[in-house]
Amino acid sequence: MATEAKGEETGGLVFHPLDQFIVKPLFGDGPIHWYTPTNVTLWMFLAVLAVILVFVVGSRGRAVIPSRMQSVGELIYGFTYKMVEDVAGKDAVKFFPYIITLFIFILFSNFLGLLPMSFATTSHIAVTAVLAAAVFLTVTIVGFVKNGTAFLGLFWVSSAPMALRPILAVIELISYFVRPVSHSIRLGGNIMAGHAVIKVFAGFAAIAAISPVSVLAISAIYGLEVLVAGIQAYVFTILTCVYLKDALHPSH
Amino acid sequence: MAGESTTVEHAADAGAHGAEASGAGMPQLDFSTFPNQIFWLVVTLVVIYFVLSRIALPRISAVLAERAGTITNDIAAAEELKLKAQEAEAAYNQALADARSEANRIVAEAKAEIQSELDAEMQKADAEIAAKTAESEKAIAEIRENAVKSVTDVAKDTAKEIVAALGGKADAKTVTAAVKAQMKG
Repeated sequence: MATEAKGEETGGLVFHPLDQFIVKPLFGDGPIHWYTPTNVTLWMFLAVLAVILVFVVGSRGRAVIPSRMQSVGELIYGFTYKMVEDVAGKDAVKFFPYIITLFIFILFSNFLGLLPMSFATTSHIAVTAVLAAAVFLTVTIVGFVKNGTAFLGLFWVSSAPMALRPILAVIELISYFVRPVSHSIRLGGNIMAGHAVIKVFAGFAAIAAISPVSVLAISAIYGLEVLVAGIQAYVFTILTCVYLKDALHPSH
Repeated sequence: MAGESTTVEHAADAGAHGAEASGAGMPQLDFSTFPNQIFWLVVTLVVIYFVLSRIALPRISAVLAERAGTITNDIAAAEELKLKAQEAEAAYNQALADARSEANRIVAEAKAEIQSELDAEMQKADAEIAAKTAESEKAIAEIRENAVKSVTDVAKDTAKEIVAALGGKADAKTVTAAVKAQMKG
């Protein structure tokens, strides 16, 4: 990358922890239009490819005794299905394909982003904000379609004393609209911070005396990031399920 | 997070990366790339959604259902086989008990038959022995009688001869009477 080349040229410490997040066109240096194939396109395409590999190619045998790839797919399927059923309720199962799409996209993107020299699509707020906004819109629309105006009961805490209810309603309303913000920044921020920290430690590796510590730190943080990649995908999905439960059963 | 130096380096690299137009420091906040990212994200999500909901999810749920069915069937079959084994064991025990009682019956029958045969043989043997005894007694009696008769005859003849030798004359009647009298005494 440009970072390392620059570092060698000047011989000093050069930190470009955020260069890895730059969106670049795949071919040439032209301006980025909405349709331009960029590194975003490449890594999202690789995520799709990985999904097809695990879920379509892996399960092509339809074996009762599964192959390794098939059992990975079945594991993710069963895990997500149980999560939707347990958290959001039995009637949320019809949203299962939607939720597993989000989960698998985030999971695969997070892990692909951990490959060296890769581009982490889920580190971008543009991506996570769209995901969170989609969840927010779905949940709100489903809430109103399913319950009508009774969905507003979500903000009217009937178990609280009458005097407190308007204040609580305002708080509930604010917290409801903050949901997509926290939902998206939690994911994007976690992925971005982890990748940036790894790059910062990589920059320190240029100093010979510190480099062993730096390499150890990179390894340790990489392990942590593997954990974060899985956990953030899980957190995003389970929060989606929680919000969906609110929409389907708005009573407190 | 983006320090001054980063911004400076970015500016230096701007020629190489035509992308970072805004140079705001964080590429995440470079709004010029948002339409591109959002467009490709939507494409990706739609593709993944269709791949999953049309191909992968029905297939996996079918496989899982089939597996659950197979397991249920296998358990049922095992239950059935167990039941059959129990039945077979019961039948075996029944057959064993039957055979044992049959054997006992046969033993008792044989014993009774042998006993009756034995009894009959004993009776027959007893009768035979009794008959033989009677015959022998009769023969002994006859022999004894003959002997007595012979003795009488010999005694008569002897008495006659002795009388004749003594010069007497003995008629048969007197001698017989005398012998008889002697024999009794």
